[in-house]
Amino acid sequence: MTTEHTSNGLIGASLKRVEDPPLITGKGCYVDDINLPGMLHLAFQRSPYPHAKILSIDTSKAKTLPGVATVITGNDISEKLNLTSSQMLPNMKIPPHPVLARGAVHCAGVPVAAVVATTRAQAEDAAEAVEVEYEALPSVSNAEEALKPGAPLAREEIDSNVCYTMTKNGGDIDKAFADADHVFTMHIASPRQVALAMEPRGIVASPDPFGKNLSVWLSTQGPHRARAEIANVLGFPEHKIHLIAPDVGGGFGSKGPVYREDIVACYLALKLRKPIKWVATRSEDFITTIQGRDQAMTSEMALRKDGKILGLKVQVVANLGAYLHSSTAGPPQRMLGMACGSYQIKDCRVEIVSVFTNTCPTGPYRGAGRPESVLNIERLLDKAAAVLGMDRLEIRRKNFIQPDQFPYTTGTGVEYDSGDYEKPLREALKMSNYDDLLRQCDERRQRGELVGVGFSTFVEPSGGAGFESGTVRVERTGEITVLTGSSSHGQGHETSWAQIAAELMKTSMDHVTILHGDTHVSQQGTGTFGSRSAVVGGGALAVAAERVIEKGKRIAAHLVEAAPEDMTQTDGGFAVKGVPDKKITWRQIATAAYGGRVPKGMEIGLQETAFFDPKREAWGFGTHVAFVSIDRDTGKLTIEKLVLVDDCGVVINPMIVEGQIHGGVAQGLGEAQREQMLYGDDGQVRTGTFMNYAIMRAADMPPMVLGETITPNPFNPLGVKGVGECGTNGAPPSVANAVMDALAPLGIDHIDMPYTAPKLWAVIRKAERQKSP
Amino acid sequence: MTAEAEYAAVPITVNVNGIKHDAVVEPRTLLVYFLREHLNLTGTHVGCDTSQCGACTVHLNGRAVKSCTILAVQANGAEVKTIEGLADDDPFHPVQQGFHEKHGLQCGYCTPGMIMTAVHLLETNPNPSDDEIKHALEGNLCRCTGYINIVESIKWAAEKMRKQP
Repeated sequence: MTTEHTSNGLIGASLKRVEDPPLITGKGCYVDDINLPGMLHLAFQRSPYPHAKILSIDTSKAKTLPGVATVITGNDISEKLNLTSSQMLPNMKIPPHPVLARGAVHCAGVPVAAVVATTRAQAEDAAEAVEVEYEALPSVSNAEEALKPGAPLAREEIDSNVCYTMTKNGGDIDKAFADADHVFTMHIASPRQVALAMEPRGIVASPDPFGKNLSVWLSTQGPHRARAEIANVLGFPEHKIHLIAPDVGGGFGSKGPVYREDIVACYLALKLRKPIKWVATRSEDFITTIQGRDQAMTSEMALRKDGKILGLKVQVVANLGAYLHSSTAGPPQRMLGMACGSYQIKDCRVEIVSVFTNTCPTGPYRGAGRPESVLNIERLLDKAAAVLGMDRLEIRRKNFIQPDQFPYTTGTGVEYDSGDYEKPLREALKMSNYDDLLRQCDERRQRGELVGVGFSTFVEPSGGAGFESGTVRVERTGEITVLTGSSSHGQGHETSWAQIAAELMKTSMDHVTILHGDTHVSQQGTGTFGSRSAVVGGGALAVAAERVIEKGKRIAAHLVEAAPEDMTQTDGGFAVKGVPDKKITWRQIATAAYGGRVPKGMEIGLQETAFFDPKREAWGFGTHVAFVSIDRDTGKLTIEKLVLVDDCGVVINPMIVEGQIHGGVAQGLGEAQREQMLYGDDGQVRTGTFMNYAIMRAADMPPMVLGETITPNPFNPLGVKGVGECGTNGAPPSVANAVMDALAPLGIDHIDMPYTAPKLWAVIRKAERQKSP
Repeated sequence: MTAEAEYAAVPITVNVNGIKHDAVVEPRTLLVYFLREHLNLTGTHVGCDTSQCGACTVHLNGRAVKSCTILAVQANGAEVKTIEGLADDDPFHPVQQGFHEKHGLQCGYCTPGMIMTAVHLLETNPNPSDDEIKHALEGNLCRCTGYINIVESIKWAAEKMRKQP
C-alpha cells in the first residue's frame, strides 16, 4: 500500500450488517414490491414441449378477455429481438435465441406468447387462453447421448449438437503416458443443479411519456452489464436506460444474464408507453433460469509407481441446454483451466465438447466450472492412491504445487498467483482429529458399518472477469460517499465496503455511505459474481481511497503550511508528524478542497475513481474433510463431521465470510446429498418444483467445523481473495471421497452425486449380491 | 357457476396488525396477495407456487401459516399479523434482533417468513433444542445461509425472551 497506515481495527472485525434493519422488518424493496401508477402486468404462454415445431398460434380469444392490453407472439416482433452470446471461440455455433419463439421451441418453458393486462391474474388468465398447435420433434436431454451418431438434433438450424470444442495441450502427454507405471480411467458426471435464489427473477420497466428514456428495476447481479445487454438487444440507447438493482433476493450466478422476459417487458413498456411488471412464478423460474453443472468428465491418469502424477487427459462433455445466454459458454472453460487442481501436472490434455440439448440453458451457478473440476481431480487423486496402494494424503503432498513455485502456470496455461496448500491441509487434519477418524473407521467397519473419510484439497479462483470500479467522494461536510460497481445481493457489501473505506480513511463507519446497484448513480461497473467483489470491487475502492487520501494529505499539508511528507493520517484526518494536536479533519480538508484552497496547480474537489483490473485472478485454496456413515439397510447417508479450512487471504468481516462459507457448503451438500434437476430422456422436466427438487432444508445440514488459514494475497491492495464459492467447490468432493471410501469394502469403485438413499441402497444391494452369489 | 359469478368480488373484513380493513376481493385472491396488493404490506414475500418455501408466513389468529395457502375470504373476521406488525412500538422484536445479532440473513428474501415462523415457535416452545428449531423450519427455505445462523438467531432470541418478564 502506498500510504502509511495503521489499523483502526475495522478490517477484520465481525461487525453486524448495516443492511439488516429494513430486511428484518419487512421494509426491504425487491422488484415485486415496486408498484407504479398505471402499471400493467406481463404473463407468458410457454411451451410444454421440449422440442416442437409451432404450427399455429391463436391469440383471438386471449385478446377478448377482461383487462387485456395486448397479446403478442414471435411473429409480431422483429427478428432482431434475439438474445446474444459473444463468439468466444471461432468454432462456436450460436443458433438464434429469439425472445419469443419463432417457428419452433427447443426446450420446455420457452415463451411463445406474451400478454399484458391490468392485473397479474388477468394477464395469466389470458396467457392461458392463447391456443398453440405444436408438432412434437424428437429431442435429447443428455449431452453424452446427444453426441452419439443418430441422436436427434436439439437445434435443427445447425448440423450437429456440438456448440464448440476447445482443447489445451500442456507438455508432452504422449511421453508421460509412455513412461507411466500405471494408467487408469474414470468417468465422473456432475449432476445438474438449480440456483434457486429465493426471490424469483423479475423486472419492472417504465418508459417516460415520450418513450425516450426507460427506467428498469431488475433483479440482477450486475446492473451495468444488464443495461448494456438490454440496450444492445433492444437497439435502445444505453445512456437512456436507468437500470436499478433494488434489494435482490439472491442470485448465485443465475441473475447475471438478461433473459427473454426482461427484453419483452422493456419492449412492451416502450410500445405501450406504460410501466410493466413481470415476476416469475417459481415454476417459471425453475425451467427458464440458467441451471448449473451437468458436465461429464472422462479422464485418464498416468502414474509413476512412487506416486508422481505424470500425465492427465480429460474429455469434458458439457451440457449447455438449448439456447446460449451471455454466460452459458463460460463454465466448461473454467473447468478446463483448473482441470489439474492444486497439483503439478504439466503434461496434460484437456478437451471440452460443449453440447446443445433440449433442456433449460446452463450457465454459471456458484462455482461455474470450479466444482466440476475439483470433483474430477479430487476423485482422480483418491483413485490414483487406490491404484498405487498409497496413502491418499501422501499422494496429494507429493504432487502439490509448492509455495516457492508461485506464480505457477498450469499445463492448461492458467496462472495461479499464490498459495500454500499444505497449510490448510495440516490445519484440517488437526481440527478433524484425523487419526481418530481413521481409528473410528476401522472399529466400526469391523462391526459391519459402512463408514468413510474423504477430503478435497482444492483451489478456488476468484476476482476474474476484468475490472471493477470504485469512487470515493468526500462530501463538503467531510462525510464519505462510496460508489461501487459491485452489486450486492446478500453479500453484505454495504457493511464490508464501509469497513474498508472507514479503515483506510481513518474515520468511523457512520461517516461512510455505500451506494450501489444504480446505473445513474455509480460509474460503469461489472457486477458481483465469481467470488470477485472483495478482490476487485474492494480493490477498486482501496485504490480510489488511497488516491483521495493522497490528495487529502497534500491539502492538509497546504493548510498547515507543512510538507506533505511531514503529514500522517490520524483519527478523522491528518496531523503533522510528532505534533498530534496539530490536526486537520476531513471536514476541514473538504471545505478547502471545494472552496479552492488547494495547493497551486491542484484541481478542486475531493473525489477519486478507480477502475481496478488486477490482471490476474486470486487463487484461494483450502481443505475440506468429511466423515460419513451409510445405513446399510436403507442407503441413508449421514455426514457425521465436516471440517472446512479455507484460505481466502485477509478477511474483511469474519462473520460475513463465515456466512458465505455456510451458504456455499449448504448448496454443495445439496449437490452431494439430494439435489438434481432431472429431465426425461425426451427432455421433459421431472423436477420443476420444490415438491420434487430436493433443495436443502434446515434439518439436512450436518454439523460443521470452520477453520481458516490466512495467506495474504500479495497482488491485492487489501490482501484478499474470494470466498463465495469455496463451499460448493470443496465440500462436495470431500463427501464424494468419503462416500466412496465407505463403499470401498464392497468393491464399489465410483458412483456419481447426489448420494440419495435409493441410489446408495441400490448399489449396496447389487454389490452384496455380487459378493455372495 | 358462470364466469361472472366465479369472479364476483366478495366483501371481507380482516384485522391486520391491529388495524381493521374492509375490502372487496375476488374469491380466488390468496391472503398473501391481499396483504401485498390490497394493503401494500410487501414485507410478506412470495418465493414459490407450491406452498413449500414459507417466505409468505404470517400469523393468522396467533398461528404461523403460509399466506399462500389461505384465501383472503377465509381470513374474513380473522386477526392477521405480518412482519410489519411484529415489533409493536419497539424497533425490533427479539427474533428480529436475533437475526441481526447472529447474521441470520443474507439476501433477506426468506427472512420475514423465517422470523414469523420462529416467533410462533418461541411462543409455543420458549426453550427449543436445535433439532426442534430445525424441525420447526421444515417449511421455510433459505438458499443463502445454510440455516446455521438462522438456528443461532432463534436461540439468541429464545434466551432473550426467556429473560424478559
